[in-house]
Amino acid sequence: MLNPDLKLNPKLFDQDVEVKSTRAGYGEGLLALGEKNPNVVALSADLTESTYAHLFAEKFPDRFFQCGVAEQNMAAIAAGLGISGKIPFMSSYATFSPGKNWETIRTTIIYNNSNVKIAGHHAGIMTGPDGATHQATEDIAIVRSWPNIKIIVPCDSTEGKKATVSASEIDGPVYLRFTRDKTPIMTTPQTPFEIGKIQTFWISDAPVATIFATGYMLHYALLAAKELKQQEIKVSVANVSTIKPLDKKAIITFAKNTKAFVTVEDHQVMGGLGGAIAEFLAKNIPTPMEFIGLQNTFAESGKPTELIEKYGMGKESIKEAVKRVICRKTI
Amino acid sequence: MIDKLHDEKLKELELKANKIRQLIIETLVEAKSGHSAGPLGMADIFTAFYFHILNHDPKNPNWEDRDRLILSNGHICPVRYATMALAGYFPIEELKTLRKLNSRLQGHPHRTSLPGVETTSGPLGEGISQAIGMTLAAKLDKKNYYVYCLTSDGEHDEGNTWEAVMFAAKNKLNNLIQIIDRNYIQIDGRTENIMPLDPLKEKYESFNWNTIGIDGNDIKSFVNAIESAKLVIDKPTIIIANTIPGKGVSFMENDYHWHGKPPNKEEAEKALDELRTLQGKIESEHE
Repeated sequence: MLNPDLKLNPKLFDQDVEVKSTRAGYGEGLLALGEKNPNVVALSADLTESTYAHLFAEKFPDRFFQCGVAEQNMAAIAAGLGISGKIPFMSSYATFSPGKNWETIRTTIIYNNSNVKIAGHHAGIMTGPDGATHQATEDIAIVRSWPNIKIIVPCDSTEGKKATVSASEIDGPVYLRFTRDKTPIMTTPQTPFEIGKIQTFWISDAPVATIFATGYMLHYALLAAKELKQQEIKVSVANVSTIKPLDKKAIITFAKNTKAFVTVEDHQVMGGLGGAIAEFLAKNIPTPMEFIGLQNTFAESGKPTELIEKYGMGKESIKEAVKRVICRKTI
Repeated sequence: MIDKLHDEKLKELELKANKIRQLIIETLVEAKSGHSAGPLGMADIFTAFYFHILNHDPKNPNWEDRDRLILSNGHICPVRYATMALAGYFPIEELKTLRKLNSRLQGHPHRTSLPGVETTSGPLGEGISQAIGMTLAAKLDKKNYYVYCLTSDGEHDEGNTWEAVMFAAKNKLNNLIQIIDRNYIQIDGRTENIMPLDPLKEKYESFNWNTIGIDGNDIKSFVNAIESAKLVIDKPTIIIANTIPGKGVSFMENDYHWHGKPPNKEEAEKALDELRTLQGKIESEHE
């Protein structure tokens, strides 16, 4: 059942559940920050409206910097602002930032320890019809290999707003990952949010496996868990909104309790959420795992829901993965 | 405002530049790797900055109203380190630790390792953008500090450089002054063979920058150029400083092979001999 302590959206399993994009949450969070903190500034590389930075830009034009189609320049300008007492939020599509400007961010923001928040939008195959050029499916992997960064992937629009606001309270670089399409609202404004904490959204008595999901994919994981319950397969579903630093304590507890994991992410299965958990488990508490995500391939144009099915990332695939991983458990 | 440059002060600066060149040679021979030509070529400009132009305090490197000096082409950091040491940021003795384990003097500058190093640099083309960020912060905070950004001609091959050039002109960042070390060499050879940059002045003019061309090894004309750049209120300025790579050491001057390597012991001795002779000449010339 849904964890009652988290005050989740009671309608989240309904057909008519409210949908909204996580990027809209970014825009609302940034706007709220603009009002709250005069040191917050925003930058965009000719993608202001589609990254929802326009809400901030319209209200605070003096604190908004339009960089044109120049992601490297945007990153290094943000770096200069960040080491001069400002809290810059820079947004673009994740394929371009942190994709195209990876080294610029590495040198001028991460190694330089500048207080910049990097918002990567249009992440994952959820970007849909634009095609694989615009679907960032490696961004977590390339960002996760940096020291000195935190990575947050909000599960819905509401959490997206909270994550954006929380990122401003961290002194140092943060990567925020957002998606384009409207996805189900699972949390409420009352749902607690803390960077670095894994939350169990779906709880069961004596669960036999844990599904770790990040981003909007959490909704598919919850749908899978609900149907598995009807088949007498009891699982836990955890929302990993912070991929770096990992909530190691929580993972150890899940490993001891369920002894089988499935990770679910709209990202390559290499180097993302699954990779992060696997690295940690291999050293500390080896546990059978199955990985839901893009399986070492690029996707293509199509409706997000069609792509999720074609690339084996939907509810049915998650259920199958749970069954597979349970069979692999050592007694 | 910069103080007037009297003859006596000029002589003092020329002697300091000579001393910095000697420190560079001593530092590089000890480090056994690093760049020689660029640092020697830029010694006069660094001297002018740290001992005459910059509004700064070596004992309080994070003073928030200080002028910012950004070194975009981080590989010439031996000249920055030598000048900072001479200016009192850290003991001269520490120069011997350059590029060694546990040193604050990283092979390419790292901001959080050494107070007074404004940015991390080395990967090229990123300095002007960071300088722009600091300039924007100054404007938002209504501060009057200047942001000076030193760049190389080789790094103008980088697209990022031109992204920044367009942004600075669009935003009329008059408190940003770029100084390009126009020495016509880069690692693989002469700049005009690797990737032609001329006509550089005209390029910058067409990008809506104020441009000034000077002899970058002439301290007086450099100080004059900075003063004239400060009079411009609606554009960023670039000072195109023609420098002689390897300046002061005859066998290094204008030879691109010295771009990316240090002298060995014998070469260092020879270089130091030449520089000491030059020192004597400066001392007697102005008397």
